[in-house]
Amino acid sequence: MTCCNIPAGMSRRHFMRHLAGASVFAMPAFALTRTLRAHAESLSRNHKSAILLWLGGGPPSIDMWDMKPGAPTAGQFKPISTTGDFQICELMPQLAQQMKHLSIVRSMSTREADHDRGRYYMHTGFVPSPNVEHPSYGAVIAHEMENKVPELEIPPFVSVGGASEGPGFLGMAYAPFQVDANGRIRDAQMSVPWQRMYDRMKLLSALETRFIEERRGTAAEEHAKVLAKTQALLSSEQMKAFQVRSEPADMLERYGDNNFGRGCLMARRLVEVGVPFVEVNSGGWDLHQGCFTSLETKLPELDKAFSALVEDLQQRGLLESTVVLCMGEFGRTPRINGNAGRDHFARAWSVVLGGAAIQGGRAIGKTNADGTGVETGPYSSEDLMSTVCHALGISLQTTYTAKNGRPMKIANGGRVIEELFA
Amino acid sequence: MRGGVRIRVRSELRGARSEFSARGWKSGEDSGAAMIVRCNVERRSLGAAALVLLAFLLATHLATAADSGAKSQAAPGKKLNDFGYPEVGLINDAIRKGWADHELVPSKAASDGEWCRRVYLDLIRRVPTVEELNVYLADRKRDKRLRLVDRLLGDEYTDAFARNWTTIWTNLLIGRTGGMERRSLVDRAGMQQYLSEAFQYNKPYDQLARELITAAGSCRPGDEDFNGAANFLADKMEEGGIQATAKTSQIFLGMATQCTQCHNHPFNEYKQNQFWELNAFFRQTAVERVDYGEERQYYYGRVVNRDFRGEGGDAEKAEIYYELRNGKMKVAYPVFVDGTSLAGIYADRGEDFGDRGYLADVNRREELAKLILASREFDRAIVNRLWAHFLGYGFTKPVDDIGPHNPPSHPELLDQLGAALRATGFDLKKLMRWIVLSEPYNLSSRITSRNQSDDPAVGARPMFSRFYLRQMEAEQLYESLLVATAADSTFSREQRDEMKDRWLSQFSTAFGTDENDEATTFNGSIPQALTLMNGELVRRATGNQPGSMLHRVARDARVDNGERIRYLYMAALSRLPTRQELAISNELLVARGGNVGAALQDIWWALLNTNEFILNH
Repeated sequence: MTCCNIPAGMSRRHFMRHLAGASVFAMPAFALTRTLRAHAESLSRNHKSAILLWLGGGPPSIDMWDMKPGAPTAGQFKPISTTGDFQICELMPQLAQQMKHLSIVRSMSTREADHDRGRYYMHTGFVPSPNVEHPSYGAVIAHEMENKVPELEIPPFVSVGGASEGPGFLGMAYAPFQVDANGRIRDAQMSVPWQRMYDRMKLLSALETRFIEERRGTAAEEHAKVLAKTQALLSSEQMKAFQVRSEPADMLERYGDNNFGRGCLMARRLVEVGVPFVEVNSGGWDLHQGCFTSLETKLPELDKAFSALVEDLQQRGLLESTVVLCMGEFGRTPRINGNAGRDHFARAWSVVLGGAAIQGGRAIGKTNADGTGVETGPYSSEDLMSTVCHALGISLQTTYTAKNGRPMKIANGGRVIEELFA
Repeated sequence: MRGGVRIRVRSELRGARSEFSARGWKSGEDSGAAMIVRCNVERRSLGAAALVLLAFLLATHLATAADSGAKSQAAPGKKLNDFGYPEVGLINDAIRKGWADHELVPSKAASDGEWCRRVYLDLIRRVPTVEELNVYLADRKRDKRLRLVDRLLGDEYTDAFARNWTTIWTNLLIGRTGGMERRSLVDRAGMQQYLSEAFQYNKPYDQLARELITAAGSCRPGDEDFNGAANFLADKMEEGGIQATAKTSQIFLGMATQCTQCHNHPFNEYKQNQFWELNAFFRQTAVERVDYGEERQYYYGRVVNRDFRGEGGDAEKAEIYYELRNGKMKVAYPVFVDGTSLAGIYADRGEDFGDRGYLADVNRREELAKLILASREFDRAIVNRLWAHFLGYGFTKPVDDIGPHNPPSHPELLDQLGAALRATGFDLKKLMRWIVLSEPYNLSSRITSRNQSDDPAVGARPMFSRFYLRQMEAEQLYESLLVATAADSTFSREQRDEMKDRWLSQFSTAFGTDENDEATTFNGSIPQALTLMNGELVRRATGNQPGSMLHRVARDARVDNGERIRYLYMAALSRLPTRQELAISNELLVARGGNVGAALQDIWWALLNTNEFILNH
């Protein structure tokens, strides 16, 4: 770990102060952050977090969360009962036991059935626009929670095993910090001893400041902010949270010995140290071909990791302050195509969520008999995002001013899914 | 002694400058030129050290000269230098009109050092060396910019130029992750080999496009039927070539059609039938998988043409079907986006002749290439792409989605440049030359009170009244560090390319969907900052081992520390340090106990980690 670079007799915090004294922290660009942090000391330390399990490619929710046994569109698997008031796919028996903590929204109905657009829309609550880049879940929640975790030295938005979506107009300081599922952070080892790093930072800080003061645009300021965050991370004990392999063998086994399992375990470790938002990526859900054969391996993997995460969070008392959300960019067609696959389908699909203030064990909304349309009021990405924010105690009155000066409501002004809270 | 020379020459140059603003280079030029000759002599005898001195003198002088030049440029009614290219004048006029319409006053001209840095970065993908910079700063002819552009587009830099554009087009055609594995239909080296040759010889762009659209053959170099161009389509033919259709229209027509495969586009005029009618052109194309390796565990692709029997089994009228959102099936035949059908083109040979699937009758991709190449969209798409490359933003955002739903900021200019490019026989180097010699490319990146509203980063339509900051791409950083530190001189071209690809791959993440989309972490976020602070590449670049740049500068006994520091600033930032920066740098020398090599490492590290280094400005 990087802390080894700190000489005996010099505590990490002491070292941080040294860095802060003359480094980019002292620059005008950070004035705001520092004020916020100072205020935060007196605020409640009772922060909340969210974990997004992202099933990239678009999971066939009709085979997972909203099965249609007997319909011509049914897949080959059977539903089983759960500890909630609904059934899910038989390939997820462990998760079935945890469903009392989780609810399903079965009436998601969206319009973006292209991967890029769908990924953007489901992560931001906005459709892509040429004029403005919107902040994603992780950036929004990191931004809103950050001053409640002043002790956090590692990035407030971590994406494990995938790219997630960007920070948009909130700026690169809220960009996803991307790590692999083994928690190896490339180049996090200081290349020179700390005293020398300190000297280097001093010159670097002067150079950064000069360039910013020449008014060259936001990119120059963003760079300095990211630099400050990087500095904080370099000397942080909290970096240990990424070392997922230091967990006992039985814990690793419980989550599953694969990238997604380790990613979920790391998410729990990160939430424990105060990271407001973690995304864990599971790829390969773009099941145009051989959907069911793939699900035979993918669903047990998801079952193990997801159920372990919920159970673990609950046992540690973290579930009451942590929202867990599981979805992809869209669902998949009820119709099974000629390659035993299902294609992109956004009109009627399901997501799963729970934790914090969200009630578990409920199935919200309904699709028709073959799953091709929703029969109850449709829910959108905006609604879902509002719901998550609400569960985290983030005010839905929060309004950002996008860089173009336009006010922009958090979660695009969606409606909270009330049935999840009553 | 050095101090004495400095004072004398500076005063000579100051004289020269006033001459310049009054009536061009006259008497003052002689004394300045004499100085350059003297320095060039010194260069041979004293090496890098003297160059530092020269750089110092000239940069000080020319930075101010450029400023005064800018003032005269901004004066209304003053004719700008078009360097003898009417197209440059075309750009200048159109852009100035935009400023007038939006009540913008452009930023001043960039300093010579800044301009030189950006033109190296954009044309050959790296920063200039101190030596290259000095040659430019020493040039005092009025057309010095033209002369540098000529050099960079000429024989001297052919390799670097081709390498740059090969990288850009490889990423565009097959993505940053395409063919990075041995189990892939795409052979990245094959793609690169093809593009490298094309850019070495400045292949006309229409020919390049035609070859990519119509390619058949093996993707892998060494095979008898090797055709590197085939790599473009090799990984895009699944499911009847949906990706081939989407990417071809996006790249060569500037039309984002990928959403229309499933439905009419929600925001633009493209219709679902247009997508499938375009897709029908790719149905005579297939990709064969060729296994190799001891256990046949690897593979690559071979693109082949074959008769298309139609989805109904009749090659006489070879149709395809697609599904509407309501589940109904519709039929489609090859029709170009402007409504021209192959049936129409071949109408004189029989009603359905154009829809035949037999290659011997109609080669659909050949026909498609002809239609694309003849379209106005083809001209606009490439002009927009190159403009965005040099100016940071295209006339539309995104660059490859042009249309009535997303109209260009300067539609006439886009059309005129398109027509002008076509008139050159699609000579891309000409287009590049016009753009980099234009006024907007020559502006400073500094925002003023009179153009702060011109900020595309916050969603405004770009008016190009200043040079927009943008981050170096990972490839630019890599090349710049290698050149600045001479770190790769002992490696062969192949080794070098392999090292580069390996280093670059750490930043790319594929989403693993059917669209082969991907993301990069070399985007100004923390992983990038970590790479620059602690990564192997920077560690190598800041190394002080014999043979390295730092070692050479540190060991040069003929210069003092101030000049060593100046050299590093010129190498990284193409400018000299300020007094304050020099003072901090000197503190570092003290902190390192007089160990010059170590202090230079620290300074070089700090320079490479700055916003000013990583941003093209």
